[in-house]
Amino acid sequence: MKSIIEISNVGKRYRIGIRRGYLSLREELTSKAAGVMRSFSRGDGIVGPENDELWALKDISFNVNEGETIGIIGRNGAGKSTLLKVLSKITPPTTGRIILRGRVASLLEVGTGFHPELTGRENIYLNGTILGMTRAEIGKKFDEIVAFSEIEKFLDTPVKRYSSGMYVRLAFAVAAHLEPEILLVDEVLAVGDAEFQKKCLGKMGDVAQAGRTVLFVSHNMGAVSQLCSSGILLAGGQMTASGKTNDVVDAYLQTISISRPTAGEAIASNDRLGIALKNVGLLNNRGEESPVLQTGTQGSIRLVLESASLQKNLLVSIAVNTLNDTRVCILHTRISGSPGVDLQPPATQLLCRLPKVPFLPGRYRLHVKVAEANGDTVFNVPYAAEIAVESGDFFGTGRLPDAAWAGIALVEHAWQVI
Amino acid sequence: MEAGIIGMQLKETIIEPPKRSIPIEWSELWAYRDLFLVMAWRDLSVRYKQTLLGILWVILQPVLTMLVFTFIFNRMAGIQSGDGTPYPIFLYTGLLLWQYFSSTVNNSAQSMVANASLIQKVYFPRLIIPATSATTAFVDLAVSSVVLVAMMLYYGFIPQLSGVAVIPVLLLVVTLTALGAGLFLASLNVKYRDVRYALPFFINIGLYITPVIYPVSMLDRYPAVKTLLVVLNPMAGVINIARTGLLGSSAIGWGTLAVSLIVSIIYFLFGLYYFKRTESYFADIA
Repeated sequence: MKSIIEISNVGKRYRIGIRRGYLSLREELTSKAAGVMRSFSRGDGIVGPENDELWALKDISFNVNEGETIGIIGRNGAGKSTLLKVLSKITPPTTGRIILRGRVASLLEVGTGFHPELTGRENIYLNGTILGMTRAEIGKKFDEIVAFSEIEKFLDTPVKRYSSGMYVRLAFAVAAHLEPEILLVDEVLAVGDAEFQKKCLGKMGDVAQAGRTVLFVSHNMGAVSQLCSSGILLAGGQMTASGKTNDVVDAYLQTISISRPTAGEAIASNDRLGIALKNVGLLNNRGEESPVLQTGTQGSIRLVLESASLQKNLLVSIAVNTLNDTRVCILHTRISGSPGVDLQPPATQLLCRLPKVPFLPGRYRLHVKVAEANGDTVFNVPYAAEIAVESGDFFGTGRLPDAAWAGIALVEHAWQVI
Repeated sequence: MEAGIIGMQLKETIIEPPKRSIPIEWSELWAYRDLFLVMAWRDLSVRYKQTLLGILWVILQPVLTMLVFTFIFNRMAGIQSGDGTPYPIFLYTGLLLWQYFSSTVNNSAQSMVANASLIQKVYFPRLIIPATSATTAFVDLAVSSVVLVAMMLYYGFIPQLSGVAVIPVLLLVVTLTALGAGLFLASLNVKYRDVRYALPFFINIGLYITPVIYPVSMLDRYPAVKTLLVVLNPMAGVINIARTGLLGSSAIGWGTLAVSLIVSIIYFLFGLYYFKRTESYFADIA
């Protein structure tokens, strides 16, 4: 059987000057004139454009079989969105060839083309036709769309009077009722309230179940793991990994680096006692060094402490702060009931194990404090390290609350009617 | 190809780097006809929302222009229609066609930039956008023509039969010329925003190098200028023929009409060619 999507050697080059924005005619003329002047003085006609170019995608080749759901992941600027734009025919590739065997719908944004002055009803038609439906198709699904969006009462109100939640619900309802064979989705699930997100994830799952092919770009590793059978990792415009979702997600997590001081140099030291903090690092659930922690899985913070002589019964604490310096929690040896820390010369590794990382995805700053048994400070190191926490499946549901209203940490809990 | 598995024709799309010659995909345009209709309807229905006078604006603009211009050019400067036609109706006929032309050029030239967010987020045949923007101007023309009919009744003009019959052709010439310019300027505007500043100026100039406020016969003293104007500016021929057909009694200049039609087709094809050649990069630079 032929693949439903065939991508071979696709590359996309941007001229950086163009990408930065539009030019004025004068700029273009002066740069052309300058080029002519240069070619006169150098005696050749070549104006070297090489350094003005950027390959947003390079040598991308992969095939997708019918019914597969592929997650495309990578850091910002890795080329994920460019790839979707090329596949959606919004922008042409510079090299290569793509064959799509089926009706394509792309969803790069919810509510594309929504007009604030028009009513919900009118916008359903407008948005639907923009996404490639005919009026007859929309008419047939109209009631279903309205029911899905839960905005029946406001159908004849201009959408500029909608709350942002209603707006998103209506927009997604239209998109969810497209019936393409190939669906290209960019990060659109990151909107809406939790209840509606759940519904959208469900609808996406249905789409995949129905044998449709989905390409899904997301930063939400939980959603990618839950929805996608395989994944593709992009970095710097190139494909650096592909295969089973979990392997690709792992490969992605490896690429997220944390900032740490250069090796060899101590982060902090106390010359009187001969104690130094050499390194703050992270270990993943398999005990391997990792650049990040993952929400909901086991992970450890590792301190490497050097000492000139045996030191007994020290107190150690790690404070975890968000980037805007809200204290998330304190991890403290004595308070948690752990024994005092003994340092053997020359170096000791100290692990602080988190059985289930409760931090929301994001970046955090660690402050490390070491004190003697009597409470005297050995050293206190604000900003000893900055770490990243990657999204994961904390609740085993594939869902995390939206960062905007989630608070600062996740708490395990259960609900019960009594 | 495993066509028809879910009762729908599986369409195969091939995406490649753009070639030099880009054919117009008529079947695709046809498939997107609903988008054209819905967008045209959007432009129309949004246009006068939250305005007090609403659709009256469509009529008010040419009527006020006619009053002011009649005072300045006819009463003060002494310009006459040349064949005894009352100046107001002579002027209004020209103004209607000129306004249809200039707003089509203006709307379509701005259309790609105005819809940049759409272009960057979803694919559809790009031609739909400038084509849509011509429809609002057309509706305006239809509405403000009511005033022309009223004036014809008032002044007691009975149009020639051939004059009425030729109207669709005249509108075709205006539309082709305006879209030719509009498509070219729309593409140019995506890349060079100079268009936004230059266009109002050139449209103003255009009003004077088109016989709107004066009759073509006033150019008889400058035969070279007259020939050049009638050949290069299809609007000159169109307005002249419209006046003869609706208000005059002399025969319609079929030769002039043929020239205007041919020139307008050339302009349209040029605009279309330039637009098609550059459209694939709109999303990158808009």
